[in-house]
Amino acid sequence: MVSGLINANPVVYERKERQTRSAPGDVDEYASFVSLMLLQHIRDVKDPEYPYSLEQLKVITEDAIEVDDKRSYVRVTFTPTVEHCSMATVIGLCLRVKLMRSLPQRYKVDIRVAPGSHASEAAVNKQLNDKERVAAALENPNLVDMVDECLAPSYG
Amino acid sequence: MKNFVDENFELNEVQKLEGHTDRVWGLAWKPAAGIDGVPAVLASCSGDKTVRIWEQSPATGCFQCKAVLEDTHTRTVRSCAWSPSGKYLATASFDATTAIWEDAGGDFSCVATLEGHENEVKSVSWNASGSLLATCGRDKSVWIWEVLPHNEFDCISVLQGHTQDVKMVQWHPSVNILISCSYDNSIKVWAEDGDSDDWHCVQTLNQSNSGHTSTVWALSFNASGDKMVTCSDDLTIKIWGCDIIRMQSGDGNAPWMHISTLSGYHDRTIFSIHWSRDGIICSGAADDAMRFFIESKDDLVDGPYYKLIYKKEKAHEMDINAVQWSSLENNRLASASDDGTIKIWEFISAPGKKMHL
Repeated sequence: MVSGLINANPVVYERKERQTRSAPGDVDEYASFVSLMLLQHIRDVKDPEYPYSLEQLKVITEDAIEVDDKRSYVRVTFTPTVEHCSMATVIGLCLRVKLMRSLPQRYKVDIRVAPGSHASEAAVNKQLNDKERVAAALENPNLVDMVDECLAPSYG
Repeated sequence: MKNFVDENFELNEVQKLEGHTDRVWGLAWKPAAGIDGVPAVLASCSGDKTVRIWEQSPATGCFQCKAVLEDTHTRTVRSCAWSPSGKYLATASFDATTAIWEDAGGDFSCVATLEGHENEVKSVSWNASGSLLATCGRDKSVWIWEVLPHNEFDCISVLQGHTQDVKMVQWHPSVNILISCSYDNSIKVWAEDGDSDDWHCVQTLNQSNSGHTSTVWALSFNASGDKMVTCSDDLTIKIWGCDIIRMQSGDGNAPWMHISTLSGYHDRTIFSIHWSRDGIICSGAADDAMRFFIESKDDLVDGPYYKLIYKKEKAHEMDINAVQWSSLENNRLASASDDGTIKIWEFISAPGKKMHL
């Protein structure tokens, strides 16, 4: 499934080429350009539980990414497949790591579950945006292995 | 009440210290240094698992890295604190330990390792006399350690009460009262029971008594210890006051009361706050900015009012995790950031202008 998607959309992996394209002049156009680029980066992140990408599971959709380039701000909203998804924080961690690797460091990133999509919405959001907890999680070898596995397909 | 004009003050970047290879989490100015020919010393700790010791050269005035404390902590070093005498540096790490380093004329050796927390230790603080040490962490507990001769440290109390990880502990500057703040949005005041030597929570400051509505990241006391300031993920800074006479008379139950809430200044999480001995509050936040506030006596009807006197956007390239006024040089402070650098600043009243203090 995953390799099929990769073939169907090879532009995902041509990051450098995309970046050398002349940037659109209009500010809104540029923001949507950045958000499209980011979508290319995160759509193929693998779900921690299933052998499908987040896009295939509709955890991530096209309108998941909001970009305010002027403020160097990105917000990603994802929708767990079930309300009690125990993997929500892992998915969020994968998205954060992927964005950290894809975005210039000046960007501020907020990650949240879609309003109403998770039983512990506030708790999940709080944990995902506490950078100390994120830093600690990323020093946990088991979690890092899990994250790396989810991010692997998008590197081809 | 209008905002204060920026022209009255200047914030000059004196030096940028580079060397850490990951985000810098914490800073501590060495006490009893920087006077009488003893050079100023700053310790910094980082996600790169090291602690760096920066010393000011008497000749050039520049800070240089004099020591790197490594190969002891195996994970992020989150916080560091000098003992009041400046002889010891305590470092708290995500590796669940707190290390005690002895400074023998610039040569540092790890003389003790405090174990007990289940996982990440997030903050460490010495009391005013250097006889007690407090640590806190993700296991929701606060530990109090007694400092004994021969580099022995005895845990005398494990304080449970917070319902989430504890972000910071800080001893009161003159009385043996400990304050902790947490991911559970609350601030707790801990005091010793005079009769039983037991430590317990004497007050909880949370949303029900004008407290914070999200993670409380840091706190700092003013010089006299009758006020403290806290900062939070709720984007506010809060000032709290206490009857210091009553507290110093041995009544640990003297309550802290909400005085003021400063909001609308930072637009991302405020990670660090520090009150200078001159009464200037500096804040550092995830919006890469620093803010400076002072108490204003202009409006005595509603009690003290705190006003912004200076703001510095883009003080760093990334989040600011720590701001720390020098313990001796009144106008000097340091900041630490996710960008891996530390900056030394001078905060001065601009030429020809009077500082309203």
